[in-house]
Amino acid sequence: MKHIKTLNNTVLQNTVKHGGCGECQTSCQSACKTSCTVGNQSCENENK
Amino acid sequence: MIHQYKIDDLNVVIDVNSGGIHLFDECSYDYVALQNEGKVHEEIVGLLNKQYGDVDFSEVQSEIKQLTDQGMLFTEDNYEHILDGLSDRETVVKALCLHIAHDCNLKCKYCFAEEGEYHGERSMMSLEVGKKAIDFLVANSKNRKNLEIDFFGGEPLMNFEVVKEIVYYAKSIEAKYNKNFRFTITTNGVLLDNDKINFINEYMYNVVLSCDGRREVHDYMRPTANQKGSYDMIMPKFKDIVSKREGSYYIRGTFTHHNLDFAKDVISMADEGFDLISVEPVVAPLSADYAIKPEDINLLLKEYEVLAKEMVKRNITGKGFSFFHFMIDLNGGPCVAKRLTGCGAGTEYLAVAPFGDLYPCHQFVGMEEFKMGTVELGVENTELRSEFKGCNVLAKEECSNCWAKFYCSGGCMANAYNYNGSIQSVYKMGCELEKKRVECAIYLKAKEI
Repeated sequence: MKHIKTLNNTVLQNTVKHGGCGECQTSCQSACKTSCTVGNQSCENENK
Repeated sequence: MIHQYKIDDLNVVIDVNSGGIHLFDECSYDYVALQNEGKVHEEIVGLLNKQYGDVDFSEVQSEIKQLTDQGMLFTEDNYEHILDGLSDRETVVKALCLHIAHDCNLKCKYCFAEEGEYHGERSMMSLEVGKKAIDFLVANSKNRKNLEIDFFGGEPLMNFEVVKEIVYYAKSIEAKYNKNFRFTITTNGVLLDNDKINFINEYMYNVVLSCDGRREVHDYMRPTANQKGSYDMIMPKFKDIVSKREGSYYIRGTFTHHNLDFAKDVISMADEGFDLISVEPVVAPLSADYAIKPEDINLLLKEYEVLAKEMVKRNITGKGFSFFHFMIDLNGGPCVAKRLTGCGAGTEYLAVAPFGDLYPCHQFVGMEEFKMGTVELGVENTELRSEFKGCNVLAKEECSNCWAKFYCSGGCMANAYNYNGSIQSVYKMGCELEKKRVECAIYLKAKEI
């Protein structure tokens, strides 16, 4: 594309199919403890 | 829904419902803004022709259409149906925050744990309670393999023998129940010595080292009992543990009304050699002199941008570091289910007070109305659990039209309760800061690509 550059290749809708396994970290666990941050976590689903 | 913003030399467009993130040039950025207002191609061209005389806007129109057809732009929100399944989901506990010591050897002015006491008396968790907590977690984690145990306080090193015994106990039953325990410990560093460093580095998946950044900032908010600074006491120990460590760590600080220029604190820690850094806004009642005030927000937003731009510069010169709140995984981030349900407090994540009482998270510990049960008897207040389970980003009216809803997932329920008296509400100052953090995180990623 000449005018637009897309930074990512996955879309959230696709995660509906394989999501919800719950193997990812709970959000407050690693460092924050005072402010919920979900979007910066990684998916740990081994079967996606 | 789309969200557009400019930062540095970038024009970023986020497609909220697909998570698609795009960099637009100037003319397409202005074009999509007008399209988002409902204007049609001919109107848009009429409005932009003078400014961008030589641009062929049919190309822009075509590229936007292509992304729309691919489900990466102007995507509809059709996630409501997922909640039907989520509200019926079985409750699985996968993480516990063990309040191993309700006592502390520092007197930090902003401590939400009230210098370790959490609305109660000084107390230490016994090994017996710790083992029951592990048993409770195993029994309630169904088939989840990865389980997290966080040793928190107060100051956990004040009860370190019990920490060690709990770790040994958990490791001893891992294989039998097909579990993988990940331990994290948070410490102010005062009691760190070689033995503790060796144990932590061998067994702890993560260690959180509390430091506020610049010496004068740290010493002002984190004094010892006799009102002396603690920076010089802890900094050599933090450098020591990190230098000997292979696993993850965070050096983690808190910023307050007294250091709104907190980027300098982050940079100070980077300059001291730390490369995994987290600095977060203080949780405090507005009446506190150090609380973040509404009039501070604009300054803080600018400060996040100052930090992000400095990080870009350092990445180029090979002196880059990670800032927890600017971390974002654009391709492998959380699934929609996770993004809708949020942090997991009160359901997947519980805090255990020293005598074994269960609370929705560490910030609710000691608040009698939030007591959920005990490690011995399990979660008895199922009504409260249901309230937390039902608290998701789509249930919050303020979140429904927010572009950042799939990044923050409704925000911190404890913050919402502390400021508004309801976990179903939002902490608006926190929202403004979170939105800026997401924008900066995307900016940093864009600059890496």
